[in-house]
Amino acid sequence: MSEQNTNLSEFIPDVPEHAGFHKVVLELGVANHPGVMSHICGLFARRAFNVEGILCMPVGGGDTSRIWLLIFEDERLEKMIKQVEKLEDVLYVNKHDGEHPVFGRLDEFFQ
Amino acid sequence: MQMTGADLIVKLLERQGISTIAGVPGGAALPMYDALSKSEQIHHVLCRHEQGAGFIAQGMARVSGRPEVCLASSGPGATNLVTAIADAKLDSIPMIALTGQVPLSMIGTDAFQEVDTYGLTIPITKHNFLVRSAKDLLTVVPSAFRIAMSDRPGPVLIDVPKDVQNQMVSFEEFPDVVVPDTAPVFDIAAIEEAAKMIEAAERPVLYLGGGVIHSGAAHMAVTLAEQSSLPTTMTLMALGAMPMDHPLSIGMLGMHGARYTNYVLEEADLLICVGARFDDRAIGKTAEFCPNAKIIHIDIDRSELHKVKNANVAIAGDVGQVLSELLPRVKPQLRKRWLSHVESLKGRFPLAMPGVDDPRSPYGLIHAVASCLDDSAIITSDVGQHQMWVAQAYPFRRPRQWLNSGGLGTMGFGFPAAIGAALAAPDRTVVCFSGDGSLKMNIQEMATAAQEDVNVKIVLFNNQSLGLVHQQQSMFYGKRIMASRYERPTDFLKIAEGFGMRAVDLDPAANPRAVLAEALQTRGPCLIHATIDPNEFVYPMVPPGAANSEMIG
Repeated sequence: MSEQNTNLSEFIPDVPEHAGFHKVVLELGVANHPGVMSHICGLFARRAFNVEGILCMPVGGGDTSRIWLLIFEDERLEKMIKQVEKLEDVLYVNKHDGEHPVFGRLDEFFQ
Repeated sequence: MQMTGADLIVKLLERQGISTIAGVPGGAALPMYDALSKSEQIHHVLCRHEQGAGFIAQGMARVSGRPEVCLASSGPGATNLVTAIADAKLDSIPMIALTGQVPLSMIGTDAFQEVDTYGLTIPITKHNFLVRSAKDLLTVVPSAFRIAMSDRPGPVLIDVPKDVQNQMVSFEEFPDVVVPDTAPVFDIAAIEEAAKMIEAAERPVLYLGGGVIHSGAAHMAVTLAEQSSLPTTMTLMALGAMPMDHPLSIGMLGMHGARYTNYVLEEADLLICVGARFDDRAIGKTAEFCPNAKIIHIDIDRSELHKVKNANVAIAGDVGQVLSELLPRVKPQLRKRWLSHVESLKGRFPLAMPGVDDPRSPYGLIHAVASCLDDSAIITSDVGQHQMWVAQAYPFRRPRQWLNSGGLGTMGFGFPAAIGAALAAPDRTVVCFSGDGSLKMNIQEMATAAQEDVNVKIVLFNNQSLGLVHQQQSMFYGKRIMASRYERPTDFLKIAEGFGMRAVDLDPAANPRAVLAEALQTRGPCLIHATIDPNEFVYPMVPPGAANSEMIG
């Protein structure tokens, strides 16, 4: 076959080089059991989607937890949220502005 | 009631209607095996490798459309299942994988045959469980079945530590037998919008994916095509949804689709995608796929909508339910100009099938097999050139007639899947088209096929090479053939006979058609061997990463 195709290699879509500077806070309601965090973090890690901050505490009687994620928004965010919503242990996902106060006072613990 | 966790698992499987389980025992699964010894309902198929067990369960599930079960021990038993589980995930096959695990107190100590099965299977299952108490089985096992078969189906793994299997559990009554969840509710306004777009389109194409098969909606998809004069293309996973010889069928699209199929898509002004996911092997370079078409996308999995291509109308719902709402809203239409143009493209750029009359050539052998069988036969394939030739040339005419590894592309899938298909449908003839590279990857299951005396015929295309690798090296890597030729020939006939399977060779036969017909019509497992020229390539071929319009050959 023709040599012109020799240089063709598998098409790999580009990962966006930087995620931009607009921060977003995601609030996730999840079933509370060991392993939930792995399910969620795995989705982000696989796609090299940077998670800047994570907070997680049980709520109510302890059957569920709430996870707060601080992330840099990029064009894949909506697709990412749909993948997270698909997880069996994720009950809901709410998207908030990056200025949401939940991470606000944490700065002093990271000095 | 009081019983051990292991007995409870078996009872819950029975209540869910399971009658066959494929597995391999081992230390951490022994309580479950002991419980199985007491079951009168469940037949256990002893496989020779856990991957074989996984694909046998998949074969059963792909035929029955409901979750089927495979069983393995901890450590290597579980890791050997991993490929079959990942394969089920990518093709949305409902499957329950049960694994033994070291006792709870030993988890995390690097105990003998301990591996983090739960962690390993997170990204390749729809959901997974590590059961920490026998009473949890009362909710976990039914949930696993519900999850596996609801919405977009998929594999679910249940990892059960040995002490949990032995733990006594007391309970009042068994949990209810589970059925699939109700499918998501969709917006009728979007259906009306879709109907308007179909009516207004001049050059629409219907694009069917595996979701049409899973949803049992093939007949409705065909009705939609007929009602609105829609040329219809199918993905590898959807073959059989519309009969290959239907006048509206334009065959399989993508990397090895016919030239005319990809040209028709190029000209489309509306693409109606039903239960498909715009896979790269199907659409080629994303930006150049159907460049002039608006898109209607129907899929039960919301995350597939707008994932690869933005849709003008996106409907998240069960494709059967959506089509039943769409059909009465779509005006019957005869698109004479478009259909005659499609017909003329088909005439000018048909699928070339050189050697179709010669049973010693790839296309000829496929046609010779098809002419010995009727539509009731089940066809599986492994992965490689033979798979693409079969996908192009076999006259598939019904859903679930064709089982193959589409998403993961697993060599070694075809033969154990065929055994599973034969176990699920013992009255049918099951033919596995395989290659010498693929067959060797699960060849040990010949012993299982002989043991179970399943009606499976392997049609082996032997070119003593990894044909598709050889083809790509020849076409795209300057003919530098590296690691794709097997230097030493393998005597497959002796191997089959060694495992207790009948074998016939078409090579020396004066009348290969007669030998083939006799072998296909005689009940029981049989290997049918045929030598194929390694320089036979699959054409057309879209180079990986190129647009579908850039076909070679």
